[in-house]
Amino acid sequence: MTTRTLSRLALALACAGASFPARLVAQTLRVPYEMFTLPNGLQVILHEDHSVPVVSVNIWYHVGSGDERVGRTGFAHLFEHIMFMGSQHVPTGEFDRLLEAAGGDNNGSTTEDRTNYFEDAPANALPLMLWLDSDRMGFLVPEITAEKVDLQRGVVQNERRQSYENRPYGLAEENILKRLYPPSHPYSWPVIGSMADLQAATLEDVRDFFRTYYTPNNASLAIAGDVTPRQARELAERYFGDIPRGPTVTRPTPPPVLLTADVYATLEDRVQTPRVYNAWHTQKAFAPDDAGLDVLANVLAGGRSSRLYRRLVYELQIASDVVAFQDGSRLDGKFELWVTARPGHTLGELQRVVDEEVGKLADAGPTVREVQRAQNTFEAQFLSRMERVGSFGGKADQLSFYAYFVGTPDYFQRDLDRYLKVTPADVQRIARAYLADAHRVVLSVVPQGKPELAVQPGVQP
Amino acid sequence: MTGVVLALLLVQGVGADRTKPPTLPPPPALKLPAVRTATLPNGLQLSVVESHKVPVVDVSLVLDGGAARDPADLPGLATFTALMLQQGAGRRSALDIADETAFLGAQLSSSAGFDVATVALHVPTRRLAAALDLLADVVLRPSFPDSEITRQRELRRTQLLQQRDEPVLVANVAFPAIVYGAAHPYGRPLAGNDSSVTGLSRARVTAFYGTYYRPNAARLLVVGDVTLEEARRLVSARFGGWARGDVAAASAAAAPAPTPRAIYLIDKPGAAQSVVRIGHVGPARDTPDYFALQVLNTILGGAFTSRLNQNLRETHGYTYGAGSAFSLRRAGGPFVAQASVVTAKTDSSLIEFLKELRRIRDEAVPAAELDKAKQYITLGLPGDFETTAGAASRFRDLLIYGLPLDYYAGYIDRINAVTAADVQRVARRYIDPDRFDIVIVGDRSQIEAGLRALNEGPIVYRDLWGQEIP
Repeated sequence: MTTRTLSRLALALACAGASFPARLVAQTLRVPYEMFTLPNGLQVILHEDHSVPVVSVNIWYHVGSGDERVGRTGFAHLFEHIMFMGSQHVPTGEFDRLLEAAGGDNNGSTTEDRTNYFEDAPANALPLMLWLDSDRMGFLVPEITAEKVDLQRGVVQNERRQSYENRPYGLAEENILKRLYPPSHPYSWPVIGSMADLQAATLEDVRDFFRTYYTPNNASLAIAGDVTPRQARELAERYFGDIPRGPTVTRPTPPPVLLTADVYATLEDRVQTPRVYNAWHTQKAFAPDDAGLDVLANVLAGGRSSRLYRRLVYELQIASDVVAFQDGSRLDGKFELWVTARPGHTLGELQRVVDEEVGKLADAGPTVREVQRAQNTFEAQFLSRMERVGSFGGKADQLSFYAYFVGTPDYFQRDLDRYLKVTPADVQRIARAYLADAHRVVLSVVPQGKPELAVQPGVQP
Repeated sequence: MTGVVLALLLVQGVGADRTKPPTLPPPPALKLPAVRTATLPNGLQLSVVESHKVPVVDVSLVLDGGAARDPADLPGLATFTALMLQQGAGRRSALDIADETAFLGAQLSSSAGFDVATVALHVPTRRLAAALDLLADVVLRPSFPDSEITRQRELRRTQLLQQRDEPVLVANVAFPAIVYGAAHPYGRPLAGNDSSVTGLSRARVTAFYGTYYRPNAARLLVVGDVTLEEARRLVSARFGGWARGDVAAASAAAAPAPTPRAIYLIDKPGAAQSVVRIGHVGPARDTPDYFALQVLNTILGGAFTSRLNQNLRETHGYTYGAGSAFSLRRAGGPFVAQASVVTAKTDSSLIEFLKELRRIRDEAVPAAELDKAKQYITLGLPGDFETTAGAASRFRDLLIYGLPLDYYAGYIDRINAVTAADVQRVARRYIDPDRFDIVIVGDRSQIEAGLRALNEGPIVYRDLWGQEIP
């Protein structure tokens, strides 16, 4: 996920890829909602929560970097930035100024699959929030200028520098993606895009993109917080009702991708200690085994009680950290596992232990307690996510998330149930099918001039 | 659509008037959650904020063992002591603590800043009692096994090495080191450095813990789905036997004498951006100018529409984000203006930084800008109390700095009382461009000539720790 401003990035990352299960809650998790579609195709989701006098507006446009074409990578996210540069009735800069003066905050984010925008503010500011958001949905094109595009191009290029190029291991992800997917697949490039493609984007690209994707029939609007559904509905109709429907959107559905052989690569970087990345194709979001893969990731590397942390960091003391996660998206899923070496150790040593531990899970499965521990951890995260209406990962965002992926906004309990059903035997089967018996990309990131620290193809000595 | 129909729609309120922002009804009144307190016989003060909307509880124990207490020869001891609490306690091993915490669905953290150490727990209500058992073990009965001390010390040694690769972390260590020098606790890195890490031993950790981890110098805050009575019962049963100790009041180190403006260059060959930190010693948390400083900083660099971000990001595109902050601590913490800027525009960025930092002193803030900042602060306040963790963060500040628990009831009025003259007065008092330490972590071969040509001060080379290069 790539965001408009950095202030909430940590939060966004904490929520991205989060998924959640349980055992502790007695009551069923419920987020009551009303949903309807305006004549122009805009899907509206309303949720009432009067616990704090704030309201959140969260719009999902069903377009992301997965809709980009070769030569224009990074464009969906660049466009997200341009959405804040003013529209026909909102002069440049006023979007943020008016919101701040009303006590509100906002941000936007782009993934492979969708782009979202939220505003959080005191409840009385709802008409302002909808006025601002509807103006840029309906009246952006006349205000797009080459100067605005150039300016945000510069900001986004600096975002790429700050978050990727000037950070250790920052270019690992794009080096994994291009080996995991063929060049024609839209997941083969990162959301942030390449410097050259960002440079190449034109004013006409921006206009075309807006007309194609930024239409009411390609979006959902969630309003959650201290407002009655009746008031919210009336305001949504007033501000969004007259925006014309756009053309029907067709999105790419590339055929499933499988690796037919292991792929090894080495990247030299300005780092003190080497790190190995493993990446496998898995399952899409909400597909069977998507939740089981999350449990597997937790058993392998979720915190200091996980198998790989215990072996690599705690007992053998050859690694400084280990990370694993399932990342299920609209078109595909992937599982990643990263381990960073301590000084004096090669990535081959680390990889041997990784393979051993994955092999043990594939052969014998996890314990009942390990699976319960993962379920309890996910469930607690899920509960905490219910505390907020706004921001990334708050209830408004989650309602849109579920509406997008499964068609039912209040899918909280059923999502949780997916995790509660996972058994040790499931985790064992999944570890074998998706990891132990599957091909993978193995990327070694090593200090400059030290390729000998990389993982060598084949069985680790 | 005919004019008659349109008019009818407008009368009915169906069509939107897009030509101007809607007139808003008055903002909702601030409804603050109530804080209730109780004090245990051993001096431990308990504060409880009830919130029953989600079955979770957030617990923070604030201890007077911050890094300002680090011995001069052992920076990093306070943070290491906090870390070690979880590496064996009571009858539980380090791995037991990790496993049981996760099994309870709890998050347990222990860390230290300059002023205090904090042990925090976030847990579903139904597991609160068991999680408090764990919390009591790690706070009251840490065993600090030698094997775990060695294990964590070696891990920290690696992390300090890896820190060199992160230009932002390098800048965050080097800037205070340059502003304060090694004689002041705020000039020493929270995590220590390559040489101090060797001195982290069981004896030093045990002594630090024994001196500062005492109930009479601690505050326990519980926010969430629990009542005061229930919290008192749970806490008394677990923390009632914690022995008092004499904890001397922290003595504030004298601030270093100000020095003339200089540019400190830390070389990071090949860096795509320059990490910029500009500032000097600022005021302490107990400054009478607290509210004026909040408004000042919001205008200068504390919001998206602040001057620094608007200038460096939205006007020039030099950065993904620029801002500023006053770190208000027991003693005067640093004021800093900061951004990561594209290498080729390092000198141009510095010009804009200095322009804004001088302008906020030289010119009174226009009324509209002042009002926007005050409204952003006051109208945004209720949202800070939405989650248990958010409310805990707000109330923890009051406990750390000994402020009254009804402090936020008067907050909005005090912000609203700040005038443009107040903002200019505190800008002149607390921001002094002639005394700036300008710290830049970047590719020296690309940026030095441009910086020199600005003629804004001598160029001084420093190492990754902000220290002089022999």
